[in-house]
Amino acid sequence: MVEILLDATVRAGTPILFATLGAILNERAGIINLGIEGLMLIGALAGFAGTFYSGSPLIGILAAFAVTFVAGSIHALITVQLRGNQIVSGLALTMFGIGVTALFGRGMVGLTIGGLERLPLPGLSQLPIIGRPFFQQDLLIYTSFVLVFLLWFFLYRTRTGLALRTVGENPAAADTCGISVSLYRFFAVTTGAGLVGIGGAYLSLAMTPMWIENMSAGRGWVAVALVIFSGWSSGKAMFGAYLFGGITAMQLRFQAIGTDISTHVLQMLPYVFTILVLVVSTIRLQKGSSQQPQGLGLPYDREDRK
Amino acid sequence: MKKTMVMALVILLCGFAGPVLAQDKQIKAGFVYVGPVGDAGWTYAHDLGRLEMEKLPFVEPSTYIESVPEGAESARVINGLVRRGHNLILTTSFGYMDATIDVAKRNKDVIFMHCSGYKTAENVGTYFGRMYEPRYLSGIIAGKMTTKNIIGYVAAFPIPEVIRGINAFTLGVRSVNPEAQVRVVWTQTWFDPGVERDAADSLLDVGADVLAMHQDAPATLQAAEARGAYVIGYNSDMRHFAPNAFLTAPVWNWGALYTQLAEAVHNGTWKSEQIWWGVKDGLVGLADIHAKVPDDVKALVQERTAAIVAGTLHPFTGPLKDRDGHQVLGAGETMSDGEMLSMNFFVEGVQGTLSK
Repeated sequence: MVEILLDATVRAGTPILFATLGAILNERAGIINLGIEGLMLIGALAGFAGTFYSGSPLIGILAAFAVTFVAGSIHALITVQLRGNQIVSGLALTMFGIGVTALFGRGMVGLTIGGLERLPLPGLSQLPIIGRPFFQQDLLIYTSFVLVFLLWFFLYRTRTGLALRTVGENPAAADTCGISVSLYRFFAVTTGAGLVGIGGAYLSLAMTPMWIENMSAGRGWVAVALVIFSGWSSGKAMFGAYLFGGITAMQLRFQAIGTDISTHVLQMLPYVFTILVLVVSTIRLQKGSSQQPQGLGLPYDREDRK
Repeated sequence: MKKTMVMALVILLCGFAGPVLAQDKQIKAGFVYVGPVGDAGWTYAHDLGRLEMEKLPFVEPSTYIESVPEGAESARVINGLVRRGHNLILTTSFGYMDATIDVAKRNKDVIFMHCSGYKTAENVGTYFGRMYEPRYLSGIIAGKMTTKNIIGYVAAFPIPEVIRGINAFTLGVRSVNPEAQVRVVWTQTWFDPGVERDAADSLLDVGADVLAMHQDAPATLQAAEARGAYVIGYNSDMRHFAPNAFLTAPVWNWGALYTQLAEAVHNGTWKSEQIWWGVKDGLVGLADIHAKVPDDVKALVQERTAAIVAGTLHPFTGPLKDRDGHQVLGAGETMSDGEMLSMNFFVEGVQGTLSK
């Protein structure tokens, strides 16, 4: 039972995890992205179409990354090059994503694909309890494990990562050091968007191998909230994504078993938890140790120095 | 996790209206949809009906507006259809009820039809279908096909429409297999493929070998297909999502109603009424039953269908007990439409949470 629950938790949490990691990369460079929901849909459709036409989910995943990378560059162009309002641009990207996928997805509705298969890792998959949920999964889930580590390593253990964080914290200082603020921000926004797209592709390739309009059903907005929840850290993002996935999985299974715990109480839990985390992080903020990148949401213009 | 951004795409379909007599009233219909036409479910079924209605010679190319949020803001969309000269407007979700009545008050020359509501006016009628009839029939198949006697039901919200479906289905199941039990999992969403899939998996995990569902996406079908279980769909024939698992589906055939409606408006015989059509009228029915269902089961379903059409069989006929053993109907009594429309209890054989 615990195995099955953990397995469902990981599967439900993975699309949100990819999206949150992508958003963290965005925000670490100082750019808010409220277009996550739209990007997930674009990724879901691109991933599905890529898989359908090529017959290979791998091509689908690459297509999802590539197409959302391009879609993300719209946001990058507006917010980085043109220094437009990040909130407005992000919301527009979400609306664009919903509309454009509905339009181009028409011909894809009702088609079926093979979807991502589980690839049990030899040896590890036989471990009790953690074997099934962590080592009998599909390629994208293994990728997400690696990515959580890679993102942390990149941000905190490489010079480029340090430069990227500096761009997010204090772009003027970064600029003084000869770091190209535009280039780093452009890279962070587009690559982050690509990761969000892979999260979308997880929906249409692994979770429910099909394309339906609006199939992300609000997961992009959960990811936006999880970025704050995680304090812009990839490890905590993993915890947060699994927490959301786990509570959904748990309350469905409690119902299936036939327990009498109110579903309303169970469905409240993730939000109660979010409130708690926000309270804790606000207290920390007052003590002067905020984790939010200081340059977040502010366009940077060299001529604008105060 | 409700979708917060909705973009309504207005698509005007091009087509030809056939030659008509000058004195006849041309129908220009406008549809308001709650979901995307591509949902493969509820809205998709309505759109098939719209296209069937368009085939009538006196019906001009119709308009639809999809993914319109329920509530007050839908009035703006309905008003827009009126301004653009539509003379028959169909609003296809419960939450458009007040907005429809509101707009209708100010536009007496336009005819409005609201799906699944209860408010009418002189130019507003309502329509819905007795989906509980095919639900009951599909229950017979589920009851015969289960070997573990656990049937899972992925359900959206605990509202009378859904509860009525679960109960009718369970009565169908228990009429052929009194040992079987129907386990309900609420997803608290009409449309979220991921959660629907997980709910279906959770039922398969506790041993269900047949699944049924009341959702707008076909994720439950995929879950059953992946795990080698059987599944009963809903809304429209979704067998291509689960070629091996699909047994049948209670389906909507809105075309049957929409063509008659257009004819009534065209002939000037339309009057405001509350339409609640059943299997008899062809509005609801079962999708083709899969070949792997034994012939005697198919014959039984056919026999009961005929009895429903003839009016000799009503799924909610006493003696009927609720889950806690209280008698709801005495022997031979049938439930009134009013009682069915406000149903808020589970019949014997259902296992699930239902707050009182």
